[in-house]
Amino acid sequence: MKKTGSQILLECLKLEGVEKVFGYPGGAVINIYDDLFDSEIQHILNRHEQAAVHAADGYARATGKVGVVIATSGPGATNTVTGIATAYMDSIPMVIISGQVPTPLIGNDAFQEADMVGITRPCTKHNYLVQDIKDLPRMMKEAFYIARTGRPGPVLIDFPKDIQVASMKFSYPDSVNLRGYKPTVAGNIRQIEKAVKMILGTKKPVLYVGGGIALSNASEELLKLAEMAKIPVTTTLMAMSAFPQGHPLALGMLGMHGTYYANMAVTDCDLLIAVGARFDDRVTGRIDAFAKKAKVIHIDIDPTSIKKNVPVDLPIVGDIKNVLNTLIAKMHERDNEVTELKAATADWLAGVEDWKKTHPMTYRQSKTVIKPQYVIEKIRELTDDDAIIATEVGQHQMWTAQFFRFSQPRTFLTSGGLGTMGFGLPAALGAQVAFPDRQVVDISGDGSFQMNSQELATLVQYRLPVKIAILNNNFLGMVRQWQQLFFDKRYSQTCMELPIDFVKLAEAYGATGLSTDKPEEVESVIRKALDTPGPVIMEFRVDREENVMPMVPSGKGIHEMVLAS
Amino acid sequence: MKHTISVLVENEFGVLSRVSGLFSGRGFNIESLSVAPTLDPDTSRMTIVTRGDDRILEQINKQLNKLISTIKVVDFTGEDFVSRELALIKVSTEAETRAEVLRVVDIFRAKVVDVTARSYTVEITGAPAKVDALLELLRPMGIKEIVRSGPVVIGRGSKGVAG
Repeated sequence: MKKTGSQILLECLKLEGVEKVFGYPGGAVINIYDDLFDSEIQHILNRHEQAAVHAADGYARATGKVGVVIATSGPGATNTVTGIATAYMDSIPMVIISGQVPTPLIGNDAFQEADMVGITRPCTKHNYLVQDIKDLPRMMKEAFYIARTGRPGPVLIDFPKDIQVASMKFSYPDSVNLRGYKPTVAGNIRQIEKAVKMILGTKKPVLYVGGGIALSNASEELLKLAEMAKIPVTTTLMAMSAFPQGHPLALGMLGMHGTYYANMAVTDCDLLIAVGARFDDRVTGRIDAFAKKAKVIHIDIDPTSIKKNVPVDLPIVGDIKNVLNTLIAKMHERDNEVTELKAATADWLAGVEDWKKTHPMTYRQSKTVIKPQYVIEKIRELTDDDAIIATEVGQHQMWTAQFFRFSQPRTFLTSGGLGTMGFGLPAALGAQVAFPDRQVVDISGDGSFQMNSQELATLVQYRLPVKIAILNNNFLGMVRQWQQLFFDKRYSQTCMELPIDFVKLAEAYGATGLSTDKPEEVESVIRKALDTPGPVIMEFRVDREENVMPMVPSGKGIHEMVLAS
Repeated sequence: MKHTISVLVENEFGVLSRVSGLFSGRGFNIESLSVAPTLDPDTSRMTIVTRGDDRILEQINKQLNKLISTIKVVDFTGEDFVSRELALIKVSTEAETRAEVLRVVDIFRAKVVDVTARSYTVEITGAPAKVDALLELLRPMGIKEIVRSGPVVIGRGSKGVAG
């Protein structure tokens, strides 16, 4: 029996195990939506295509599955670009289906036409234009394979309307055959043996781990390695929930807003073991001052990440879970030397412990005004260990990374690489779609929240009980902080002068709104929100000019951080 | 330092823009680029001449390999290879320079492929340096137009890129 292009598309999604898709209909995808009407695939109607992509992204980050988005041609498709770029920078597996004008009209400046393959080429792992229905099953198969394997990433399929209505006999390929795409999964065994030797010979080792740990589901292996050799672990923003932050070996985040002890440990170490991290400029600060006493081992599945920003003494290309397992097994073969290693690094660990005691992560509490860090600590205290926390971008995001003390993998959803304001609310929505019974909280600022606040409608419509904590300082706080510190307090365009009534805003959408400016009410507001069914906005009117500290000024080494006064 | 790279790619929609976009997006330099299908009509071969230090070339190599459409990348720099470029040069000809142009063309084993009362069009094939040298000699006689293909390269003997 013949099937149409749009039926084949949905058939492929089912065969790939897709249960939920996020999207927004329009003229160029109307046939797909007509077939969705009868499909068992659940479609979530977001209120903006950018939010649909962030929602699919949050779904993917929380589950490890491929997120799927459908958007119409032209403006629908261009609206997805920020979401796609966000996923690309953080290596999130995703397939985006964009409608396209009929093939005979492509290039004619037709109504709602945009060159999506051209526009998304630099922000997708790969993309396709379906020019013949015969290619559709292969392209779908390849798209999912490319999205989820190797270094994951978004793949876009641009799907012209005439191909959606064309028909053919459907069969799905069993395997993909891509001559140019064969990711290295197993690490080179001789390189791994060299790594073991380097680790066993060190006195001051540090594990510097990034989002690759989360993407490879390697938290358990990381913990095993850290504990067996007693190596302290510093995590990038992308890996905060990939290592338990309450663990004695946890150093917290490093870099621009990293902890004193993480930055000092990296500066002073003699061996830096980078795992699934890419030496981003926000991590390294001044590059020639970064870990300059250390030999560097770099484990990553993407060869382009290795030696891109810093020289590396020992590169290992491979899937992190795989490489760590081999590394751990090889270490076990030399258990005696591992015991000696622990003796050799005792002084180092004691020194790191001293740094933790002398310069703990802290802030000045207040009885009269709500400190944003306090709200974050309280949310941590009152939510379950497996609660999923999303953030937007800015001060609240850094405070969450610094103070939340995550303990379980895939519980922290944040836009790290691109730094996309407006990411958190839809990402939280996507995570709640994946896990209807878990607590999901979006920690937000008043600026970021307003970049995708229309998603309140989606939350209410689908009864998704996401709790939103807005740390409202009536400022674009991070930019204000820079203006305070480096631009002589000239607060150009960072004061959000119009006070928004967030309680009324919540109520307008049929959600619940709570608000307070009193420190003693923070706990009761959070409790009430968690006990209230459905989505809730908690507005905390916080200390307006609180700063994120420590801070490494740009152009400085990470050991030259400015500490809280 | 100048590098000459051969890239085998899938001969498919948009592949040239993937490669050229990679260079422009990451700030790599392209001095010349030529592309055409190989014996296998599903595969195209590009020859790219670029410049950069070792670190940049390592990134160019890795980033090209990272493209899904890239099958193989070979940097010929430091290898023994044959490099040839084609140029077509339209030279103005006055009565007193016609003979001189023909002499130079003859010395370079180039060919005149089109003649009018006021111009010769000269075809030359050779290593880029030879093309440069011919241009130098023809320049005083008045070059009206020039088009160069950019070099294509192939390894000597068994050295090469299968496909």
